[in-house]
Amino acid sequence: MTPVQILFILVAAVTLGAALMVVNARNLVHAALWLIVSFGGVAVFYAMLNAGFLAVAQVVIYIGAIAILMIFAIMMTRNVAGDSSPRFNSSQIIGLVLALALFAGLVWMTLSWSGATTTPMPLDSRADPISQLGSALVSPDGYVLAFELASILLLGALVGALMIAWDRK
Amino acid sequence: MSDPVTIIANWLEGLLLGWGLSPLLATIILNAIGILVMAALLLVLDIFLVWVERKVVARFQDRLGPNRLGPYGLIQPIADVLKLLIKEDITPRGADRLVYNLAPILTLATVLLLWAVIPIMPNVVGTDLNVGILYLVAVGAIATLAIIMAGWSSNNKYALLGAFRTVAQMISYEVPMVIALLIPVLLARSMGVSDIVYSQEVWYILVAPAAALIFLISSIAEIGRAPFDLVEAESEIVAGFHIEYTGMKFGLFYAGELLHALTIGALFAALFLGGWSGPGVQAVPVLGVFYLLIKAFFIYWVIMWIKYSLPRIRIDHMLSFNWKFLTPLALVLLLATAIADKALEGSTTVVYILVMLGLNIVLVLGALALVRGYASKERQRVGEPKPVARPPQPTVIEQS
Amino acid sequence: MIPLSWYLIFAAALFSIGLFAVLARRNAIVILMGIELMLNAVNINLVAFWRYVNPELIAGQVFAVMVFAVAAAEVAVALAIFISIYRRRRSVSADEIDLMKW
Repeated sequence: MTPVQILFILVAAVTLGAALMVVNARNLVHAALWLIVSFGGVAVFYAMLNAGFLAVAQVVIYIGAIAILMIFAIMMTRNVAGDSSPRFNSSQIIGLVLALALFAGLVWMTLSWSGATTTPMPLDSRADPISQLGSALVSPDGYVLAFELASILLLGALVGALMIAWDRK
Repeated sequence: MSDPVTIIANWLEGLLLGWGLSPLLATIILNAIGILVMAALLLVLDIFLVWVERKVVARFQDRLGPNRLGPYGLIQPIADVLKLLIKEDITPRGADRLVYNLAPILTLATVLLLWAVIPIMPNVVGTDLNVGILYLVAVGAIATLAIIMAGWSSNNKYALLGAFRTVAQMISYEVPMVIALLIPVLLARSMGVSDIVYSQEVWYILVAPAAALIFLISSIAEIGRAPFDLVEAESEIVAGFHIEYTGMKFGLFYAGELLHALTIGALFAALFLGGWSGPGVQAVPVLGVFYLLIKAFFIYWVIMWIKYSLPRIRIDHMLSFNWKFLTPLALVLLLATAIADKALEGSTTVVYILVMLGLNIVLVLGALALVRGYASKERQRVGEPKPVARPPQPTVIEQS
Repeated sequence: MIPLSWYLIFAAALFSIGLFAVLARRNAIVILMGIELMLNAVNINLVAFWRYVNPELIAGQVFAVMVFAVAAAEVAVALAIFISIYRRRRSVSADEIDLMKW
């Protein structure tokens, strides 16, 4: 086993363990903190996949914005955080079976696919992936339409969230 | 081109490889040594910062400051640290033990993490990330998280209030800070901090002074120093998020705040004041460290100057200052800088600086004029006579 | 070297955990967390396929960036809805929010 593989297994174990803690946590703030650990593990995977920009963006967006927003919402709905009512709903067995079936199916599909054992393509050392990504996002023959749509979506979500959460007295 | 850090690193690497270690292991050991040395130096500097802070605040308040222990009171911070170490270490009842103890460590660690991308002299930088600027923002986000963790886990209403204010303040001020950081990125055409330092033939403070100012203001808000110390306002919410912390746990917050202020100074120096550049740096690279530290301490001094001269800002003013002034100004600046930079391609350096400087001044003055108009209107509205509530006239009850 | 299948299996596991959170938890905020975990798993797949199959074509990373944007928008709106519901009903439990089922 190479050091990279050991690193992969360690990070995967931490990430999946944290994800399980999110599902299992009784205290919601703990769930959010475990979620942050899990997001951090995913960021490490991006870095291992040579996607440095995505790794840092993952930390900025998921940990810096989404997780903190969630903790904020949990604090706003505070008597729920120390709530002692059951964590799981009545269909938890069905949910567990479905999730396990999905996992088994996906693993079976992955292992039976011939392309699953490919190793990474050599990266072009001269190309700068960040400038590539940047120009792909704004060039007309790239993804400029999707980029603009995403910005409109964000603006709409911003206004919408404000309208919904506004406490009209 | 004798550069002691590179020489020592090469010598150590040769030594480790000579012992028969694999190159990968040698690199890991070298990096670990580098991290340890850097962190240790910064933490020693941090102890010294306590003395600087106390001495400077004393001068601002027309006092002498610590002057009993050692020459100029230089031993004083060591006594301070000893005092903090022997205090009782309290974890309040009902606190979330793990989160409570993790928060101060995380606070100091995030400040140390920032130094990973700050170039300290030519060719010497922790790691030359090509997304350095974004990395700074990411680490700042984790610092916010640490303060929320401290506030929530203390099981104290005031601490929770401090955490709420943190979310409102730090998340809001991240917006103009990121936009202001984009301007040096735009001018240098790179997100790496080293590249930004190298590309500063003229310091960016001359080309983008308004961006530098916005970065400084929003950074002060990020550290939570006066006039933006609502997070720990002692007269309103006692001490905010660190109300329950004692001894060295509080010490870590304190050390983190001081070192963060100096780190902001170093970042400001790297992004707007040319970093390690200065006369004679190419011949003697070690000078770069001194230039960087001089610039960083100058900015640190400016931050202290602001802290000890201005009263605390009110919370609604703090938010509207950010959303109604800094953010729109930063957006307009980014747009104008991009257009002007493209239009001035190929012009001489002097013309370039003059046009950019003029553009910045015009935009800032225009924004200030708008604010002044709004303020006078607001003052009129507040000054108008208001209906006064009068007590109902007592009706005379005839006695029969 | 890490084979592609490791990333795919990891992503499948993360997705399944997220799915279980969505199906079985009562609290709406945890359900939202489960959705975020599922989106992260999808992103791992996108980036892994970009890296292993065709690094010249930047599409994998662009898709991941789009997922980031959609996730941010979704969280903002969802949390606003939860806070609004909490104001009216003092609860964010998904099986108590059933007014529309009648």
